[in-house]
Amino acid sequence: MKRHRLEAWLSHHSTVIILAVPLLVIAAITDLLAGSLLIRLATAMFVSMIIVIGMQVFMGNSGILAWVHVGFMGIGAYIASVCSMTPQMKAIAIPQVYPFLLNIHLPFWPSILVGSAVATVVAAAISYPLMRLSDAAAAITSFALLIIIHAVLVHWDRVTNGPRTLFGIEEYTTLWISVVCAILVLIVAYFFKESSLGLRLRASREDYHAASAMGINITQVRYFSFLISAAIAGFGGGLFAHYITSFTPDAFYLIETFNILAMLVVGGPLSISGAVIGTVLVTVAREGVRAIENTINLNHLLPFEVIGLTEVFLATILILSLILRPQGIMGSRELRWKPKKNMDETNKAK
Amino acid sequence: MIVFEFLINAISLGSLYALIALGLVIIYGILKMVNFAYGELIMIGGYLLYLVGLNTNIPWLIVAVIAVIGAMVVSYFTELVAFRRVRVKSLTALLITTFAVSTLLQNGALLVISPRAKAVALPQIFSTSISIFGVGTPVRNILTIVISISMLIGLTILFRYTILGIALRAAADDFQMTRMLGVPANLVISSAFVISGAIAGVVSLFWVGRTASVTPTIGQGPLLIAFVATVIGGMRSLVGAVVGGFVYGVIFSFIGVLLPQVLLDYREAFMFLIVILILLWRPEGLVKVKYAEERVG
Repeated sequence: MKRHRLEAWLSHHSTVIILAVPLLVIAAITDLLAGSLLIRLATAMFVSMIIVIGMQVFMGNSGILAWVHVGFMGIGAYIASVCSMTPQMKAIAIPQVYPFLLNIHLPFWPSILVGSAVATVVAAAISYPLMRLSDAAAAITSFALLIIIHAVLVHWDRVTNGPRTLFGIEEYTTLWISVVCAILVLIVAYFFKESSLGLRLRASREDYHAASAMGINITQVRYFSFLISAAIAGFGGGLFAHYITSFTPDAFYLIETFNILAMLVVGGPLSISGAVIGTVLVTVAREGVRAIENTINLNHLLPFEVIGLTEVFLATILILSLILRPQGIMGSRELRWKPKKNMDETNKAK
Repeated sequence: MIVFEFLINAISLGSLYALIALGLVIIYGILKMVNFAYGELIMIGGYLLYLVGLNTNIPWLIVAVIAVIGAMVVSYFTELVAFRRVRVKSLTALLITTFAVSTLLQNGALLVISPRAKAVALPQIFSTSISIFGVGTPVRNILTIVISISMLIGLTILFRYTILGIALRAAADDFQMTRMLGVPANLVISSAFVISGAIAGVVSLFWVGRTASVTPTIGQGPLLIAFVATVIGGMRSLVGAVVGGFVYGVIFSFIGVLLPQVLLDYREAFMFLIVILILLWRPEGLVKVKYAEERVG
């Protein structure tokens, strides 16, 4: 009896293992066989995966289109960088920095956690009233939030160095750190989805009125979920900063939003498996086209320079995927291992 | 006299913004779809001004007509190829599609033309000034006012007195009912997109006329203006869009005068803060409409 229950539990939650093992395999193969360029690409992919999963936590489970997560990623990235830089470097990289920020010097992990925490606090401060909105109103307000966050990042010279490049961040995010973090975030997202909070959020997605008639406080449920997803996005932002080591506020604006959305939508925003698969597929496709674009430009195969081919390709893929499979590759399913012969007993055990 | 100058500026800005907002709301009223690709129609108009205007000897007025028609055609095709197929699915899918189409057009321009700004040929009249009541005013501002107001009057006549206009208004009020009464859905939606494209084309003349150059991202500014203006005025009504555009023009001019220099950098952020506040406190905007129904596809 006991064994069956464990088996049922394991097969019910097998999604995490089914997703995590291939990610570890990808990381291992890249690390052993590939050159430094591919290792960097794989690291970038795992960092993107964290943002995509963070977006899935809110957007997938609530059904509300959210543009703002890349903004939280930006907040996380800037705060984490400001925390982890040495005071000497900070004085050069951010000439006008506030004196009280200048002497903060934290190790890598605390910096990232502070970045994530600040993103969460910002989300907590501004988002509660917005959680009442649905549909187009929600989409416009979250888009407006992204623009506001971007405007603040661009103009707050004393923290972000303004529109100029912030440089001199030390590289900490290795391939293995990024893949382990992606798997941790995946586990958080999975158990969030399975939790009572996640279930209530999904109920509100399926039928708003029925869910509130059941006594679900939808605004509150959406709010807490939004905070979790903002925390994940901020965390991913911190990792991103320590991977890329120099960036401008434009790194966290419409282009990145488009990338992240494409990954989530192609895979299927309703499921975590979809988010993971979408990230991998879109990254592979995008980097493939980018390689072609670079080859053309480096060898002067065409009389003019090719710019924007990658984005055109990605946008076409996204539109086609929305026309042909609007629910994405996975729809609302998760990858799950189901032992056939034990099905009856598993049901009895329940 | 400063007041007069300020007034001309505000009205000129306001009427242009009203036009920009109207082009967005025509689509939103029917499909409840925020068209993120709207700004790119303005970009298309601008690039046609550049491509046709600089490479041929056609008179400018005809070039302008070609630009407007080009924006109409592209608008029609975005609906035909992309939006029509996603429309029946979810609203989220539709919004993401418009964002994807926007990215596609923007990067298409990068790919086909150039990431660098391209100079646009403009007639002499765009750069001359005349003096009214002793105040020097660019003719462009007067022209913006005249053309925008006549466009608004023309559209009013279209909406009030033609069968197409009545069908469009009916569709905006209750699309399902309109279809049941025998109005072909695809025709109504296509014409809405064509009208939206025409408005974008006219806007592009003046928007590009301000800087006399065009870049792939030139559509982002007008798109954001349209967002703010439509939310201020009320997203469901055409009158609301016009009111919202004018109000935005006036607020924007006032903020430019009143806000201290330090905060002026955050002007965009302030405008979007207003959007969020209005959506929270008065989601129906300044102009109310009688009907409010769920989205249809």
